[in-house]
Amino acid sequence: MLLDQHWAEQDGGRRARVFRVKLANRVLDHFGLRLDDWGGRIYVLHDRKGRSAVVDNLGVLWVEAERLAGRALDPLDPGLVYALGS
Amino acid sequence: MAADGKLPVALVTGFLGSGKTTLIASLLGHPAMGETAVIVNEIGEIGIDHHLLRRVDERTVLLKNGCLCCTLRGDLADELRDLLSRRERGEIPAFTRVVVESTGLADPAPVVYTLLSEPVVKHHYELESIITTVDAQHGLSREESLRQAAAADTLVVTKADLGSASSLGERLARLNPVARVLEASFGEVEPDVLFAPAEHPRKVASFDADTGHVHDDVRAVTIVIDGPLDWTAFGIWLTMLLQARGSEIFRVKGLLDAGSAGPLLLNGVQHVVHPPVHLDAWPDDDRRSRLVFIGLGLERDELERSLAAFNDAALRG
Repeated sequence: MLLDQHWAEQDGGRRARVFRVKLANRVLDHFGLRLDDWGGRIYVLHDRKGRSAVVDNLGVLWVEAERLAGRALDPLDPGLVYALGS
Repeated sequence: MAADGKLPVALVTGFLGSGKTTLIASLLGHPAMGETAVIVNEIGEIGIDHHLLRRVDERTVLLKNGCLCCTLRGDLADELRDLLSRRERGEIPAFTRVVVESTGLADPAPVVYTLLSEPVVKHHYELESIITTVDAQHGLSREESLRQAAAADTLVVTKADLGSASSLGERLARLNPVARVLEASFGEVEPDVLFAPAEHPRKVASFDADTGHVHDDVRAVTIVIDGPLDWTAFGIWLTMLLQARGSEIFRVKGLLDAGSAGPLLLNGVQHVVHPPVHLDAWPDDDRRSRLVFIGLGLERDELERSLAAFNDAALRG
């Protein structure tokens, strides 16, 4: 099924996408994961064991991140909140 | 019809025996409903002849990477497409609104997901409001009824002639402070009142408190962020939160200061978030971003600290 742009990615454009990846990586790094932009159309998520997953948008990103990390990635995690502030 | 030419769809939901069918039957008997197509689960229970009454068998399609709320109601998508085709061929009269009845146990999120994501459906229809019936006698006794009430834009207290409607109305206002509450005796509500435009911005702006527990650990909390909210940070934060805690978050609604003159209106049911709408102006002088969450075990301070950390990380670049 074709889906339009994800609601969280409506401020399209190259600069916004680059910044989105940069910011997502500050969060993902806490869980040992890394996101790359692939051609401005999709993202590729990597873990430190060399596994990867293709993701279309931010909604799917967290589903795949949870699968690769093997646990729920909670934005309320005090360790993450502390890490983002430092 | 909406300004963008899309046909408004009202979803009527409510727990078993909450008076949903009585409400729909009462609406169908009203002259103002002549141009409204109605999709129900069981025609026999309605007991009224209406030229645009249709029946569907609920059929859900679980999508890849989908959770239970992100399922497509295939039956509903088929029926909505068929209504358009038959209208264009002149087989049925023109209609200006669709009312969809959900089954008593149904979670409203898949209907919202279908209207927002099925390509043909989302091009021609838009969700106007979620109307939830709650029985004044039995109230909010099950988690399903709490979820349905939390998803509502309009709550209709039914059987107000039999039970304590005022105390239930107060509980509902605490559970879902962003919905309006109507009372219906014998299932009667005027269509003009029921389908009146939603008061989203004013409702969100007027609610600024932690309501405390309404039932078990379900509550509504508002978080407030001072200063502009970085949209990228917010998108990352909320998508992550809904993935991690989606089953505990029944509803999110907010007014966000994303740096424009007016706020962004955000509206989501579980994982399913409507495309945010830019409003021309704030409803009052308070320009701070406000988000109302309704769900299980939510702690305002925890949510606020987390969003502020994501936002600060973005502002630092």
